[in-house]
Amino acid sequence: MGKYILKRIAMGLTTIFIVITLTFFLMNLIPGGPFMAEKAISAQAQAAMNEKYGLDKPLPVQYKNYLVNLTKGDLGVSVKQRGRDINGIITSKFPVSARLGGASILMALIVGIPLGSIAAINRGKLADNIIIVIATFGIAVPSFVLCTLLMYIFGVKLNLFPTYGLGSLKHYVLPVFALAFYPTAYIARLMRSSMLDVLGQDYIRTAKAKGLSTFVLLFKHALRNAILPVVTYLGPLLAYTLTGSFVVEKIFTIPGLGSEFIGSISGRDYPLIMGTTIFLATLIVTMNVLVDIAYKLIDPRIKLQ
Amino acid sequence: MKKRISILLAVLLVAATLLSACGGGGGASKDSKGDGANALAVCIGPDPETIDPALNSAVDGASMIIHGFETLVTIGKDGEIVPGQAESYTTSDDGLVWTFKLREDLKWSDGTPLTAEDFVYSWKRGVDPATAAPYAELFNVIKGYEEAAEGNLDALGVKAVDDTTFEVTLAQASPYFIQLAAFPTYSPVKKETIEENGETWATKPETYIGNGAFNVTEWVPGEYILLEKNPNYWNADTVKLDSIKFVLMEDPNAVLSAYEKGDILCAKDVPAQEIPKLREREDWHLDDLLGTYYISFMTQKAPFDNPKVRKALSLAIDREHIANVVMQGTYGPASNFVGHGLLDADGKTHFVDNSPEFIDITKHDENLEEAKNLLAEAGYPNGEGLETLEYLTNDASYHRPVAEALQQMWGELGIKLEINVVEWSVFTPTRRNGDYQIARNGWICDYNDPSSMLDLLASTNGNNDGQYSNPEFDEQMEIARTSSDQNVRFEAMHKAEQIAMDDAAIAPVAYYKDFYLLSDKVEGFFHLPLGYFNFINASVK
Repeated sequence: MGKYILKRIAMGLTTIFIVITLTFFLMNLIPGGPFMAEKAISAQAQAAMNEKYGLDKPLPVQYKNYLVNLTKGDLGVSVKQRGRDINGIITSKFPVSARLGGASILMALIVGIPLGSIAAINRGKLADNIIIVIATFGIAVPSFVLCTLLMYIFGVKLNLFPTYGLGSLKHYVLPVFALAFYPTAYIARLMRSSMLDVLGQDYIRTAKAKGLSTFVLLFKHALRNAILPVVTYLGPLLAYTLTGSFVVEKIFTIPGLGSEFIGSISGRDYPLIMGTTIFLATLIVTMNVLVDIAYKLIDPRIKLQ
Repeated sequence: MKKRISILLAVLLVAATLLSACGGGGGASKDSKGDGANALAVCIGPDPETIDPALNSAVDGASMIIHGFETLVTIGKDGEIVPGQAESYTTSDDGLVWTFKLREDLKWSDGTPLTAEDFVYSWKRGVDPATAAPYAELFNVIKGYEEAAEGNLDALGVKAVDDTTFEVTLAQASPYFIQLAAFPTYSPVKKETIEENGETWATKPETYIGNGAFNVTEWVPGEYILLEKNPNYWNADTVKLDSIKFVLMEDPNAVLSAYEKGDILCAKDVPAQEIPKLREREDWHLDDLLGTYYISFMTQKAPFDNPKVRKALSLAIDREHIANVVMQGTYGPASNFVGHGLLDADGKTHFVDNSPEFIDITKHDENLEEAKNLLAEAGYPNGEGLETLEYLTNDASYHRPVAEALQQMWGELGIKLEINVVEWSVFTPTRRNGDYQIARNGWICDYNDPSSMLDLLASTNGNNDGQYSNPEFDEQMEIARTSSDQNVRFEAMHKAEQIAMDDAAIAPVAYYKDFYLLSDKVEGFFHLPLGYFNFINASVK
């Protein structure tokens, strides 16, 4: 298993390197630059800024410099948010997104898994139908609609929760709910279909024949096998949710990392594009390796080859 | 089996806890401060890219900077020049040498003394190529600017005669220099903190030292900036607020929600679909901005090298419909290039009121007839012979609806228009390079002088996107640039505008306005036509 993990890590590093290279050259291919504004800045100022950020050098040289700095762990400085370095932006903003994302994933798991299981054992009955409707709703409603609706009803009309910032625990309620809604629905659906699969298997029938209670049957015998698709989904879900959601952060004015992804691209903030991309890629690769390991823990039949 | 699941769950929980724990020093923070009785929370824009006075080039950044920094002179409620850090100033007879007398005992927010040397340092820093300031060119009226911008900072015509006497030598007698001296880019900044911290000085409250009515005590990027009253400000007695919180919201719905809840007392940038309803309210404000929304024609290529074609298109625009219906009344219909708010030679009347109305916006039907005739004279009767024209725009605010309205209006001339919507970062360079036929354009002035608008059409100007070139126009603008006699300057600028409008160098569409919600609890606030929101002397009832 150790050898396998090492191999996966090596593959992961290669993937990240390819991501770095592709992103670097692709972002330089898109037209425009970081210093574009409605008002033209003078050629002199433009030249001074290009020189300051090393953008006056040929691309291969910029690429080489970037890699050299990267090996030292230095992601460079933002060209748009003057005076801020990328490491600082990520270390100050990622924890905010991660806390929010972590809480919503936890909520998605705690709510989604039982919901899916309950739907499966009550297949075709009222409970199943209600859960399916909720889950479909959760997947179909775009997050900006949900956020605005939540804000309007619970923030403005009922005045139960604050509508911006993350000052206290109360501030988390609306954004966490908004963030968790989609994954909860998705997990419930995944859980329902895989649970149905598992419930049809012989060993479950045997367990039933032995007269085990539904609860033990479900959560002791069926869950272990039924949860595998959810674990697969959990890897990328963790990576994407922890790094923040552009929409939720924008609407609830949360200083997270999500808005930096989009902002850096539309603003052509090259170092920030690179920094956030590398960060996300590393996180996804790590999560995938962890998921592979988790597989082995949950289901010993799985061969890691 | 059970054990394995427990392990997995435990790992997940630990991971979640760790992630939460590592956020201890991170972005979110308590709303402990900024909520008192004399506290004001407002939203005038999202996170500024920078609040370093020399590096800022955005209007919302400027609004924040004027609360933390004070220039030599400032701009009052009615656009008048008010003494700031300087209690008085004199100009030499030739208008070249300006001597500012600073107040005695000026201090930085950290209590250390502020002297004329600080202005010398700050202005040189603004020009210094090593600073790489986008607005460095604003200093180009000062003697020696060109040389200083190459790196020889000592060439810049600024001098500290003594601690309280600051002397500026201009390249030409430019009476509007006093407007520039009030521009946030001209703010003094503290040498020690900048040399010690580099550009990061303007990102942390501890190192962000100012000389204005307030100083920054907290900045959570993407959430809020909190400023508290600066006891070391010379005029601190007149400042009533204990703190101002600029909430950095990006989503218009969120802005409106926070305003309706009373979390913020001033809201800029509300959802467009709510405007028709909000317009009827008492707390809705619509103020002049020094700027014009206009259309650039690529004048160096056919068919727009022909002034008649340009004029025909310009006349066919129903400006009242665009401003009042398409733009929901948040703009004013524009008959001229220089709009409301820009003052004339006397410093009181508006330039636009002393100019002819170049396009009579109330007579659209007659304008349309004339447009058809002009197009026929140009050799394209009913648009025949013209290929499909292309209109370049980005997709923000009202740009797309305006383009669609123009498509329909020009359709009446028999013109087929294709709308090409491109991303912002592609839009500006394409327009600047002249790779278009027709493009939307707009400009908001940096200082209250019509030259700041008219210069856009000078052949050598970097923002002359239509590449319009007329020696007669350039000649008038040269007079406006070099003369020290305001009457001569303004006469030349009136002539210049006449020339440009006769040539239909551009087609003015609408005058910009700022619209915002302001609670009647706020007193002593004013909005400047430059787009600045000034809460310095505000109070909350």
